[in-house]
Amino acid sequence: MAARDVLGSRFSLAKAAERYGIVVVVIVMMIFLAIAQPEYFLSIQNLTNVLKQIAMNSLLAIGMFLVILTAGIDLSVGSVLALAMMAVAMADKAGWPWPLVLLIGPLVGIMIGALNGLGLTLLRLPHPFIMTLGTLNAVRGLTNLISDGRPISGLSAPVRFLGSEQIPLPALGPFGAIPVSAFVLLVCYGGVALFLRKVSVGRHIYAVGGNPQAARVSGISVDGVLILVYVLSGFFAGLSALLLAGRTDSGFPNAGIGAELDAIAAVIIGGASFFGGRGTVLGVFSGVLIMGLLRNGLNLMNVSVFWQQLLIGIIIILAVYVDVLRRRAAVRTEELTQSRAAHWLLRRRRYPGNRSTTT
Amino acid sequence: MHEEPAADLMPPLLEARGISKYFGAITALDRVAFHLDRGEVLGVVGDNGAGKSTLMKILSGLFLPSAGEIVFQGSPVRFTSPRDAHRIGIEMVYQDLALAGNMTIFENIYLGREPGRRLLGMNIVDQGRSRQMAAEHLARLHIEVKSVDQNVEDLSGGQRQAVAIARATAFDARVVIMDEPTAALAIKEVGKVLDLIKSLKEHGVSVILISHRLDDVFYVCDRVMALFRGANFAEAALRDTSRNEVIGWIMGTKGHTAALAHDRVQ
Repeated sequence: MAARDVLGSRFSLAKAAERYGIVVVVIVMMIFLAIAQPEYFLSIQNLTNVLKQIAMNSLLAIGMFLVILTAGIDLSVGSVLALAMMAVAMADKAGWPWPLVLLIGPLVGIMIGALNGLGLTLLRLPHPFIMTLGTLNAVRGLTNLISDGRPISGLSAPVRFLGSEQIPLPALGPFGAIPVSAFVLLVCYGGVALFLRKVSVGRHIYAVGGNPQAARVSGISVDGVLILVYVLSGFFAGLSALLLAGRTDSGFPNAGIGAELDAIAAVIIGGASFFGGRGTVLGVFSGVLIMGLLRNGLNLMNVSVFWQQLLIGIIIILAVYVDVLRRRAAVRTEELTQSRAAHWLLRRRRYPGNRSTTT
Repeated sequence: MHEEPAADLMPPLLEARGISKYFGAITALDRVAFHLDRGEVLGVVGDNGAGKSTLMKILSGLFLPSAGEIVFQGSPVRFTSPRDAHRIGIEMVYQDLALAGNMTIFENIYLGREPGRRLLGMNIVDQGRSRQMAAEHLARLHIEVKSVDQNVEDLSGGQRQAVAIARATAFDARVVIMDEPTAALAIKEVGKVLDLIKSLKEHGVSVILISHRLDDVFYVCDRVMALFRGANFAEAALRDTSRNEVIGWIMGTKGHTAALAHDRVQ
């Protein structure tokens, strides 16, 4: 009977607000833009455009999110993106068969990611900031070395497919179409969400971020989990390189400079904790959308790009401040719970087998 | 219940022989011998740095001993990770509890051993079954919580301790090692944890209790063993010793009497 009690209601208003509050922000922004710029914002071309524009940052952000869940950080994703993009462009120019070319992008990412993970776990560098700051520079240098600092343009059609193609959808009107990159996003976000929720290794990522010592004594390979998240972050950076190469029909060695900071910003705006263990895939996607909509909306309203930077900075600070306030409210709730612990004790005295002989 | 042969014919449940542990030039443990019988609650006492925690970390697979062997039910075993110790039923409740506060009670109980099914080399967690199992297990231990979906960070110290103990006993534990389980608790919660230890014993689980609180030791233990500066110092069945004698052992003296007690004004 006790078993049913503790399995009772799982819904709580506070939890729902924590989980979905950020989605409300996105919806409010969209409604605002729809009212402010009705003829432009809601047009299929514009919405498709927003989707294409956020594709790169959203892939970097989902990888960054996995890393930040373990209380880490991956500063190298922008450079990894550039290296993967150049490798793809050069392989394509060299006439490699397209399936191989498509594999190169993610493969380069996985390799650099593994390097980051090994540096952190094998070399025991004190913080992932150090290792990935190293690869941020080294990989950018490598990119320039192999490309001689020169961009390459004009890629073959199969390589452009993921980044530039659209699937026509007449139901959405004469210009109705959904970019292929949107499907890539959907698959990646859905996959990561399922992985984090359902697969034990996904749960272990949260455990490592929450308390690495608890994870270790539970028999979880903490080093294995850490290597995995950096590999995944590298993989997503490599995948986003494919999308960007396809969209721009080129490879350029300066791609993704500063992109790691946009990815971090999206994850933080989306409500993930910088100290690990907290955050949702839905939140990250909302963070990406908030940044994308802000840029799009301000463009539509002819606000200068400098204002965009300023606003995004303010939003990062605000988003984290809201989190601080929420945490403070949670501490108050905890104090309430503590005083309830006294009741818990008194109640427990009643169970049989404690002071009496039956069990 | 299964019939067991007479106790004196059986090897101890868990035994350690000649365990030494060096950390660089420091000798943390020096040829320590140790044994634990079935259903026994053993108190391990000693001053800070006496080697209690190091010994327990060796028994639970977190450290490898530099020398010596561990014998489980008469056969030598070797632990290279806590997972090896879990496999034969040795669990440890750590002093800092080692719970992930950001996760729910039921997830903490099954962390690293989630019930589920294999798919493409991954373990797909069956959360429904996990919650159900956790609720039943807590009910078996008479641990009351509001909901198994509560995050551990929202619990009181005593409740967290209870969750840590529930985790240690979730998989047919034979031996549960507890490192200062009452040290961080409000006085009101101490009794509950001690009762929990007694109910583990009633369920046939052997318990090793490390504690500085002699009240705890004398309330739940069958036998008490003292370490001093990394070596065996003394041990006795609880009925053959006294509080004052045990205090003496902790300080490295034998034949300690009430007259010498440090906490008495003469």
